Amino acid sequence: MSKIRIAFLWMQRTARLMIGVPDYETYVKHREEFHPGEPIMSYEEFFFERQSVRYTVSKERMKGCC
Amino acid sequence: MNNGAAIVPTTIQGKLLWAVVAVVGAVSLGVIALTRGEAISASWLVVAAVCIYLIAYRFYARFIAYRALGADAARQTPAYRRNDGLDYVPTNRYVLFGHHFAAIAGAGPLVGPVLAAQMGYLPGTLWLLAGVVFAGAVQDMTVLFLSTRRDGRSLGEIIRAEMGMAPGTIAGVGVLLICVIILAVLALVVVNALKGSPWGTFTVFCTIPIALVMGVYGRFIRPGRVGEMSAIGAVLLIVALLYGRTVAETPQLAALFTFSGPTLALIIIAYGYVASVLPVWLLLAPRDYLSTFMKIGTVALLAIGILIVRPQLQMPAMTQFTDGTGPVWAGSLFPFLFITIACGAVSGWHSLISSGTTPKMLENETQVPFIGYGAMLMESFVGVMAMIAACAIHPGAYFAMNSAAGVIGTTAGQAAETISSWGFMVTPDSLAQMAQDVGEKTILSRTGGAPTLAVGMAQILAQFIGGKSMMAIWYHFAILFEALFILTTVDAGTRVCRFMIQDLVGNAIPAFRETKSWANNLVGSAISCAFWGYFLYAGIIDPFGGIWTLWPLFGTANQMLAAIALMLCTVVLFKMKRQQYAWVTLAPATWLVVCTVTAGFEKAFSSSPGLGFFAHAAKFGSAAAAGEVLAPAKTLGDMARIVFNDNLDALLAVIFIVVVLSTLAYAVVNIRKALAAPISTTQEIGVVALAGGTR
Repeated sequence: MSKIRIAFLWMQRTARLMIGVPDYETYVKHREEFHPGEPIMSYEEFFFERQSVRYTVSKERMKGCC
Repeated sequence: MNNGAAIVPTTIQGKLLWAVVAVVGAVSLGVIALTRGEAISASWLVVAAVCIYLIAYRFYARFIAYRALGADAARQTPAYRRNDGLDYVPTNRYVLFGHHFAAIAGAGPLVGPVLAAQMGYLPGTLWLLAGVVFAGAVQDMTVLFLSTRRDGRSLGEIIRAEMGMAPGTIAGVGVLLICVIILAVLALVVVNALKGSPWGTFTVFCTIPIALVMGVYGRFIRPGRVGEMSAIGAVLLIVALLYGRTVAETPQLAALFTFSGPTLALIIIAYGYVASVLPVWLLLAPRDYLSTFMKIGTVALLAIGILIVRPQLQMPAMTQFTDGTGPVWAGSLFPFLFITIACGAVSGWHSLISSGTTPKMLENETQVPFIGYGAMLMESFVGVMAMIAACAIHPGAYFAMNSAAGVIGTTAGQAAETISSWGFMVTPDSLAQMAQDVGEKTILSRTGGAPTLAVGMAQILAQFIGGKSMMAIWYHFAILFEALFILTTVDAGTRVCRFMIQDLVGNAIPAFRETKSWANNLVGSAISCAFWGYFLYAGIIDPFGGIWTLWPLFGTANQMLAAIALMLCTVVLFKMKRQQYAWVTLAPATWLVVCTVTAGFEKAFSSSPGLGFFAHAAKFGSAAAAGEVLAPAKTLGDMARIVFNDNLDALLAVIFIVVVLSTLAYAVVNIRKALAAPISTTQEIGVVALAGGTR
């Protein structure tokens, strides 16, 4: 991979995590390694799951507003 | 035994380098502090701030991490222990820094310093620097550390576990109150920026359909493609921004988007209600994406602008308003400056974020200083930039924008006369010219900080890109940027408030707790909007302009939460048997307790009607009883409403004092218990072999 491509990927990763979407590749690797044979969400499912978790308020998740 | 890098540099080159940084910082600070009567360049502020941040980060943050807290590189973090690829994920520290910074940076560090500029640039800047180094960044990093050692538990849970159920509940009440006040204050900022401004109103209204388009695109057309939807949103926003000028210049269109303050307040309350009951993917999420990226981009742009343009600071170092007679907010330097600038120096909100998603993604305990301390330093720098932007505009224009109509009148002539009488020479023409430059009819009494910041930013950015002809566009861009993320906060905050109300009421009516029920959400959102909407509306019709009354209440509440968080950190340090280092959190906790209690006490009980709510209520109450109507009230009904609101605000101030003092009592009890215990009594998770702190 060229340097520009690598820099782009890191920026994309940072920008995504800023809005609460962690790295999908890492998730897939984690599932394959620790939960072999179990279902893995597609990117779309993963995205929607993360989106709804980010904005659902619960005892565990109190977002600040400052 | 410490496993971190050396706290003091060991090589000659290292020592020399840091000596140079220290000297440069000291010289710049000296220039800022000692120059009187002539304008200085903003570069001095930037250089001084950066040097102080570097030194604090290199020495103090490391000292706290390795000596005071005992960060352990060998200890597993929750990201590894509970790795699930979703919430708990070991994350590259630079990526996590971005996440954490985006989460903590909001409207606070932009508004507070602008309001504090009424005392001149010096007091506010010094507090921004000292506050962040010794209080704000310490709080953020210590809470992050505590939460990391407890599987990423939230602040409330840690308080309950380490201090007891009662202080946990008290802190919960405190958080609910802050939420209500901050929503009201932030909405007020937007209303003041948009009233009578068709250009601004049109662009900000456009963000709603734009977000809806993005939401539908990211849900159905190209699911999960954040980059594409954000690009579409950004392009549409720019189109709306440019077309706004046409709207403002076409009388028929302008009439459709020109609203008075009270009407805008009602619109925002209705918006908050509808937005908070819609599915998150439709409006909240896309808006959040746009506002997050725009926030980061604009902050970066402003930093570049300041570095290139190097504006002169026109505001004096100190004005006569340090004595508490200022028109922007009431109260003298101590304690009110330390309340006015909360975010940027120390913000209680960050304790909620530092115990939220960040600790679940931390790769190693040794990264706590970089993420916790470092990100807060960066936020402080945003505060310094806001201070520069506010002080770079003419002081006459600054006071014209930030004083209520009750103080400076409603025409440029009256305003110029009043402000010139304070010693800030300004002509009616220059005020009118400035309004024209930024594409508005008037800039008078646009309180709340956002318009001032927008003018400052427009001046700086126009010198850097586009020249004077672009100034109106930059101004409305800045307004759009602030309104965008404030409205995102209004939506998200209404949901947070709703949840807390549901949880509270659920104690009596268990069925109300069910957050999946539509009926509960409709009712809960209505109660939530009614709470903050009440304060917003009261602020709009407030003769002092709302900010004057509400901002000190918000600041007190925010610092109160910081005091609670720092007291918790102190208790835990004692419980870890690391009391010899407890001063790192004890000192800022003490300072914040003193500030919040003094401020709360003065706001409630000061005998001066200009400062104390009860005194003001008494003055208006006795006048009303005698059948008199005091300006700016017009009817006896107005009089009664002012008295009621004064009493309500005073009650809030008293509640804040009670919350702080009762937490203090619990902290003292817990510290005594910890001192009496022979070993560490803290409740950490994943302790390896030795109990923490007994080595």
